[in-house]
Amino acid sequence: MLSISNLNFSYKKRGGDLFHDLSLELTAGNIYGLLGKNGAGKSTLINLMTGLLTPKSGEVTLDGVNVRDRLPKIMSDIYLIPEEFELPRLTLKQYVSINAPFYPNFSSEDLQRYLDIFEMGSDMDVKLHSLSMGQRKKVFIAFAFATNTRVLIMDEPTNGLDIPSKSQFRKLVSSGMTDDKMMLISTHQVRDISEILDHVTIIEQSQVLLNASIADITRRLAFRPMSEGDQPLFVQPSVMGSLVVVPAQPDEETAVDLEMLFNATLQNPEAINQLFNALK
Amino acid sequence: MNFKDNKAIYLQIADRIGDQILSGDLAPEGKIPSVRELAAEIEVNANTVARTYDYLQQVGVIYTKRGLGYFVSADAKEKIVATRREQLMHGEMDYFLRQLKAVGITPSELQEMYQDFLNK
Repeated sequence: MLSISNLNFSYKKRGGDLFHDLSLELTAGNIYGLLGKNGAGKSTLINLMTGLLTPKSGEVTLDGVNVRDRLPKIMSDIYLIPEEFELPRLTLKQYVSINAPFYPNFSSEDLQRYLDIFEMGSDMDVKLHSLSMGQRKKVFIAFAFATNTRVLIMDEPTNGLDIPSKSQFRKLVSSGMTDDKMMLISTHQVRDISEILDHVTIIEQSQVLLNASIADITRRLAFRPMSEGDQPLFVQPSVMGSLVVVPAQPDEETAVDLEMLFNATLQNPEAINQLFNALK
Repeated sequence: MNFKDNKAIYLQIADRIGDQILSGDLAPEGKIPSVRELAAEIEVNANTVARTYDYLQQVGVIYTKRGLGYFVSADAKEKIVATRREQLMHGEMDYFLRQLKAVGITPSELQEMYQDFLNK
């Protein structure tokens, strides 16, 4: 669906390539988690995916059409929730009447349903600038989901949300997802989203270190307390003894711990790479 | 960390549905929520729930009626009990027996404790 092919990109001032020959295929029906350290290039990649930046070479296409051309038919099918944004001095009703027409699949019923999930009430005359930061984010997210674009990209969507709204956010994603959509969530808050993902993509130093489905990860890696004879890929001390990431035994299926997966991948990229490529 | 290991999410969801069937919250031949409904309710990925339903179908706990959704099998309870017996024997029981051996509890002591427990 969304194809990144042989992407090269650098910021002029910093010098050196941020991305070198990066390729990645994102398919419909999946929710991707994009993980990477600070400065790994997550936000840049998102901007390239949504046509906000121009690659030095290579391209990003949505169903074969280059997103950088920013054709209306493509732009009406992509929505980006940036980490930080401004909302104009308008009521919600005015905001919707100005912005919704750009998105042919926008649904007022869906907007109401998502606002309900966030417990934001149904007052369309609410002034956006009178809302708190967190409330604004919830309105923005609800609107983004209601546009029903096939591509929905989110940069740190749970930042600034209070404790109940993180759970509401997961509800929103699980109920707003359909087989013809692709969602990508870039975040450091892995605990907020680990159970709603289909797929994990880890980038570091302009490379894709891991790009695998949760089902694949479950088959290949186990996350559990250390036992005798283990040759762990990663060890994490905890109050209850050492927790490890190890190659999974046949029939051993554990829940994926994203934080440990991330650390294991960064610490031991070759071993992880081997494990995932060997069995393909 | 205890012996209740960190089970894959789709299996944890299967356990949850199993509990609801054993407790009677979900009746034999009763309809269970759709994949999307359950995914939204428990805030997990819909494909994970779909995997749970595949698994439960495979083991015969639920079945589909075309176009109508998923239903609890008539003999779901028996099947769940049988599966859990199997799991207990191969997983947790093994750990439990090791612990008994490690602290030197004899078979007769164990028998007595279990009898007391059943009499309570």
